[in-house]
Amino acid sequence: MKTRPLEAARLVMLRDLRLAFRKPSQLLQPLMFFMIVATLFPLTLTPELSRLRDAAPGVLWVGALLSSLLALEFLFRDDAQDGTLEQFALSGQSLTWMLFAKTCVHWLLTGLPLALSAPVAAVGLGVPAQAMWSVVASLALGGFALSLIGAISAGLTLGARRGGVLLSLLTLPLAVPILVFGADATQRAITGGEIAPPMYLLGAIAVLGVTLAPLAAAAAVRIGLE
Amino acid sequence: MLSVAGLHLWRGDRHVLRGVSFTAEAGHCVLLTGKNGAGKTTLLRAVAGLLDPEQGEVTWRGASARKTRDDFHTELVYLGHEAPLKGDLTGRENLRYAIGIRRIVTGAEIDAALVRTAAQPFADRPVRTLSAGQRRRVALAGVLLAGASIWLLDEPTTNLDSDGKRLVAGLIEEQLAAGGIVVAAVHQDLDLGSGRIVNLELGTT
Repeated sequence: MKTRPLEAARLVMLRDLRLAFRKPSQLLQPLMFFMIVATLFPLTLTPELSRLRDAAPGVLWVGALLSSLLALEFLFRDDAQDGTLEQFALSGQSLTWMLFAKTCVHWLLTGLPLALSAPVAAVGLGVPAQAMWSVVASLALGGFALSLIGAISAGLTLGARRGGVLLSLLTLPLAVPILVFGADATQRAITGGEIAPPMYLLGAIAVLGVTLAPLAAAAAVRIGLE
Repeated sequence: MLSVAGLHLWRGDRHVLRGVSFTAEAGHCVLLTGKNGAGKTTLLRAVAGLLDPEQGEVTWRGASARKTRDDFHTELVYLGHEAPLKGDLTGRENLRYAIGIRRIVTGAEIDAALVRTAAQPFADRPVRTLSAGQRRRVALAGVLLAGASIWLLDEPTTNLDSDGKRLVAGLIEEQLAAGGIVVAAVHQDLDLGSGRIVNLELGTT
């Protein structure tokens, strides 16, 4: 009996999670990168917390964006190399669902840990304690949107030999709105303002990503397999 | 009935497939032969729908394979040069996930397939520790488990010992006897007993 699409997506998620825990170094790498970037600023810019506080949203979000670009390379690359994506495409199942599942796991393993560890970096940048929840929430939501948009670029660059740079170039323009609203949300959280408006906009981008990105990624992967 | 009509395909400026046509009824085996670079892999990938031919069409049971893609793929299994296995998972785990996304599969079925391809003794070791021949045996168990009518095999005997080659011939014969279709690219002769074999030499036109 043919597996139902949601069951197939669930299996893809379980498989990716199991693989990730067998090879954790790939997951730690982007996280370490983010922490290093964030801790270098107090060393180079100024040790004054009041000045660092002004730069904090920018530092956190640029760090998060670059680290998510680093992580995106791993999204489809291994599966494309060992022929797994090919088998996905030939399984008779919806490639869209399976890639959506892969993207969700990718966020769960890279975007979410980054958001959860952000307070450690944020403390060093002088972000007040009461703003931490908002910082984590905005980075988690923004990271999810980044993963979804990145999935399209990752699919498109499958066929390219040194796809890393191309991947960044393709993703960056699409990531700018996320960066702008995300940094705005963090800024408002630090100054004690209302974070709802930029969070709604981030949410809207994420919803748009959920509806369109897996479809586009599936189409891109099919082209990439040729 | 799987039918391929007038397939033309370019890779860059190379005209690889020049009007390839064949028809395979249930229980027939199409053996693709030809020199390296004659387009055997390209043809298999085009039949599978991984490559888009510039001209020509693949039809399965009278319907265009392209238009009924998901249904066609449900009845098809493709095994390429490399066994599509994850190095960090064991053979058994690989099969459970790879077959699980196609159809509902039980542990007993997986065991039976592993026994059939003599992959049982090393099925619980991470695939990266296996030899190329052992990997191929695990992948062949996957082909069996997929329960597909059409098998597309690219050099199925690569890396296999003489026992393994007999195993592949045996599996193909069973598949044909069950009314399936096999399209295989081969270098060495496969010792197939039954007579419903179509030989197709590529790169001659």
